[in-house]
Amino acid sequence: MTTADQRIREQFPLINTNSAIYLDNAATTQKPQCVLDAVNDYYVNHNANPMRGLYDLSMEATAAYEDARSAVCELIGAERPEEIVFTRNASESLNLIAYSYGLHNIKADDEIIVSVAEHHSNFLPWKNVADHTGAKVVYWDCEPDGSFDLNTLHGLINEHTRLIAITQVSNVLGRVNDIRAVSDMAHNAGAIIVCDGSQSVPHMKTDVKELDVDFFVFSGHKMYAPMGIGVLYGRYKLLDKMPPFLYGGEMIESVTKERVTYAEVPHKFEAGTVNAGGAVGLAAAIGFVKDLGYPLIEQREKELTKHTFDAMKEMKYISIIGAERAEDHMGIIAFKVEGVHPHDVTAIFSDEGICVRAGHHCAQPLHKHIGIMSSTRVSFGVYNTFEEADRFLEVLAGIRGRMGIH
Amino acid sequence: MSETFYNEIINEHNLNPYHKHSLEDANFSLEGVNPSCGDDIILNLKVDENGIITDGAYEGDGCAISQASADIMLDLVIGRSKEEALRLADIFMRMIKEGISDEEKEELEEAGILESVSHMPARVKCAVLGWRTLTEMFGEE
Repeated sequence: MTTADQRIREQFPLINTNSAIYLDNAATTQKPQCVLDAVNDYYVNHNANPMRGLYDLSMEATAAYEDARSAVCELIGAERPEEIVFTRNASESLNLIAYSYGLHNIKADDEIIVSVAEHHSNFLPWKNVADHTGAKVVYWDCEPDGSFDLNTLHGLINEHTRLIAITQVSNVLGRVNDIRAVSDMAHNAGAIIVCDGSQSVPHMKTDVKELDVDFFVFSGHKMYAPMGIGVLYGRYKLLDKMPPFLYGGEMIESVTKERVTYAEVPHKFEAGTVNAGGAVGLAAAIGFVKDLGYPLIEQREKELTKHTFDAMKEMKYISIIGAERAEDHMGIIAFKVEGVHPHDVTAIFSDEGICVRAGHHCAQPLHKHIGIMSSTRVSFGVYNTFEEADRFLEVLAGIRGRMGIH
Repeated sequence: MSETFYNEIINEHNLNPYHKHSLEDANFSLEGVNPSCGDDIILNLKVDENGIITDGAYEGDGCAISQASADIMLDLVIGRSKEEALRLADIFMRMIKEGISDEEKEELEEAGILESVSHMPARVKCAVLGWRTLTEMFGEE
């Protein structure tokens, strides 16, 4: 273990105290002490209901919450903080877009293009919109190497296309998609683009202006923040025209028996008491990421991925899903062990204290497209080490033998 | 789970299942699915006029635990009456979910080795898939 490894690892209490080798970072990451401290400090020193009270504590709580919004705005390069809506997670963000924008702007005979690699959370809300409006969901299939061919998209876009939903990085393939090119094609066709940044924001610099996306979402808990805080970015002019998603407290200007005036963006979309502690934790996580810096995070995770990927390529009975090059796997390697079901693979890893994921990873259409039921997935975070990767590889090499296959 | 969980018996039933084949003249057939693992089996049984299971087989895909458990179950129930099979399935389910006496475990013969699954919540559905399918099959009559 290098001193750099140690410096990062000592910031994560669970990594320090638990003997498990945690390689399921695409599902959720562990939390650094600075995030835990920030949440604790908020509740110990500044807690009150934000936005409501006129007393000092409530104003402190409001300031902490709004500072977090500004931190997110800066992180992803949004135009103004009002374009950032806090939600519970990426799934809620996508549902908000689907219910509020989708149901009111998509009509019968319209078409929604969804990449086949989407997590169910960026597919099911659009299927729901289609079911309610009479619109059609059109799948954009990927190539065998997990790449998306823009020529294929060109063939799918027509005068009915209203929206394209695509992830920046698939949680199975791990490949970075060319979002800017998709945005350009969507806009040329008069459509909008909804991009899922859940697997990109924790690992690489993202800029919504450079990507030119209309909506962008991610979860805090996959980037070292607490669970229960997520982000929806939307272009101001789109958010401004959208009706509320949830109705309740703190999302109005005034209410009488006859008439309701809703609050301005983004408060219009944040009904009820907000997760201020979570937002403060997210701000601290952003601080953690910025202190390390994306170049260092990317470099560490890329080296680890390449080391693991290249060794797996040498193993005769291992097949990796997606690209042939380690460079096209953003910290994520999904694979099959010939003759062994992914759940048995994962159970053996678990037996050795290694946490990896098995199943369809909430991406059943992708697995069906590839022609498999499920896979096992290893995914890296910034605190993982070469020693951990080597232990993973060692157990992987012995799995068929453990299952009686010789 | 211990290193011995995937032992020779489980591995043997998974790799070389005796009862994994089609059964053309089956008069009982039901599909069982475990969506969390993607396990999928079709259980086929031949039951004679006296209610005795004279033959049985399964087809499908799934993890080693689901496949081995179904194979072991068929070893146990073929040659027994429907009522007896249902009683043994009930013992098996209780073994996984709450625990059983030593006498009951003896009745399960080889299936008793799956007891350790009770400590693996994520795999319980795999282990009981065949048994649950058998129970549903006769329960829906």
